[in-house]
Amino acid sequence: MSNIDVNGKTYETDEEGYLVNLADWNKDVAEYIAKTENVNMSEQHWEVVDFLRGYYDEYQIAPAVRVLTKAIGKKLGPEKGNSQYLYELFPYGPAKQACKIAGLPKPTGCV
Amino acid sequence: MADTLQPPPYRVIPIIPALKPGAMGQVRSFVANEKIQTNIGFPGRLVDDWKERALERMGQLLGQYRSLRVFMDACVHCGACSDKCHYFLGTQDPKNMPVARQDLLRSVYRRYFTLAGKYFPKLVGARDLTKEVLDEWYTYFNQCSECRRCSVFCPYGIDTAEITMAAREILDSVGYGQKYTNEIIGKVHSIGNNLGLPGPALEDTLLGLEEDVKEDTGVDVRFPVDVQGAEVLLITPSADFFAEPHIDSLIGYAKVFHASGISWTLSTKASEAGNFGMFIGNYEQLRKIALRIREAALELGVKRIIVGECGHAWRVAYSFWNTLTGIGAGAHDPYALQLQHQLDARYKQPTHICEFTWDLIQRQALQFNREANDAYVVTFHDSCNVARGSRMGDYAGGQFDIPRHIIRAVANKFVEMDAATIREKTFCCGGGGGLLTDDLIELRVKGALPRMEALKQVADEQGVNFMATICAICKAQFSKVLPYYQFDRRVVGGVHQLVSNAIVLGRPE
Repeated sequence: MSNIDVNGKTYETDEEGYLVNLADWNKDVAEYIAKTENVNMSEQHWEVVDFLRGYYDEYQIAPAVRVLTKAIGKKLGPEKGNSQYLYELFPYGPAKQACKIAGLPKPTGCV
Repeated sequence: MADTLQPPPYRVIPIIPALKPGAMGQVRSFVANEKIQTNIGFPGRLVDDWKERALERMGQLLGQYRSLRVFMDACVHCGACSDKCHYFLGTQDPKNMPVARQDLLRSVYRRYFTLAGKYFPKLVGARDLTKEVLDEWYTYFNQCSECRRCSVFCPYGIDTAEITMAAREILDSVGYGQKYTNEIIGKVHSIGNNLGLPGPALEDTLLGLEEDVKEDTGVDVRFPVDVQGAEVLLITPSADFFAEPHIDSLIGYAKVFHASGISWTLSTKASEAGNFGMFIGNYEQLRKIALRIREAALELGVKRIIVGECGHAWRVAYSFWNTLTGIGAGAHDPYALQLQHQLDARYKQPTHICEFTWDLIQRQALQFNREANDAYVVTFHDSCNVARGSRMGDYAGGQFDIPRHIIRAVANKFVEMDAATIREKTFCCGGGGGLLTDDLIELRVKGALPRMEALKQVADEQGVNFMATICAICKAQFSKVLPYYQFDRRVVGGVHQLVSNAIVLGRPE
């Protein structure tokens, strides 16, 4: 276990920098984690992060990449409804990197 | 007289890399924390009397598995295995030579379990079990993907994977487990799959896929789940529900079932083909995970069990499900007998999805538009556990031929990689055996080198731009490491992804 300090508050993370307590998440923490990942949060990034959090609230898991691309495509148009667009936003892979910034647990298994 | 003697053609010279001792000594997978360990019944942290308990467990394993004792005794250090390991070739660390990795355990075996080692340890290369030795076990037995390529070349047939499994089992028994694998095993017990995907999320994902396929093809292809009385229960890796390119193969299976007219279902209880219990060499975990599938099969009343594209799952299914669960013959407990009675004995139990699809192709029950895959020059990467731990069809080598037969049936352009890197000599993707984790990314990238070299050759010489495979780990690993080698991550995909592209649904024109 390790910790990160954001605006004077301490948050517990695991060895890989994922938040341990989901309830700890806020926009400042997200910005901080994004910075450590070399991701510059734009409006497009927030759209993905917000969708992930909404989906997680309902299903207790991050959405499949395909579910995510479809949702983005519906909202922003078909040219953005593909995994390439997500990889451009989150180069280390939309599933893991976006989840980390969104304060969700890391998807495990053969992914 | 003209001299017609032709020299043999030039070969690609296999280069055995120079040694870099200790190169990977600092690459250590995260250790499982107390919560992860105790959740699956292992000690939460390294126990105080770890030395006594480790030796006790080693003694038990040597008694329980005669093979392990033979493997400990039989090695003559001939070195045939030394340059056969992808991790050695990629990292140059001599402890990643299979013979050296095994010797980490063997030297301790000699010290405590052989007469010569007890009295003349130095003479026979026997070592005391110290904390440094234990740490070394953790480091290097978590740098073996249990792919068994080295075993193919061992003149004594020593199964290195079994030695790695034994070492990991000893480590778990003293509270020194690996985070990635043990966390996942806990998720299977509590939720039903490696991913931690709950039933409602699975149902939502599958509904979405039905919409997508309808949009693409105009045909109502179903992705049924928990359907009582279906003919087939499909057991597939949970990555197929989540990741890319995995999900494209899932769509392929569904289209094949649709075209066959055979009713099928997925199960929320048994929503995982993978069985990481094998990776850690723990029989109880292996069995407990496998029993979820039996429970689901009994509840749903299915007649056949088919396994999706997952390498080690097929080894577990093909080689161990019979005695673990009664899927196949060999188990004699009441539920196993009930299941044997329930399953239709006219079919292979279990059946691989490739066997199922190939059978339909042979009976001309499927129609394909091969041109749909004309953008691809396809090659096939044999996955280790399918290649060296199982079989398909009814003859030795069927596991190599059947996936290739399917590819040729659905695509026009197929090319083999170098013969020294395919079929039973296939190289591991670099992420198998419980090593597919971000904390081992350096090992994964380096270990992929031999496969990447073989792929590069056919890409350069023959324009290969798609490497099909039938393993969720291979797909995830290659998607991640291909870009390091200047390939697009989408160069890897499933065999049933190609099937999905080409299959003609409904009545052909």
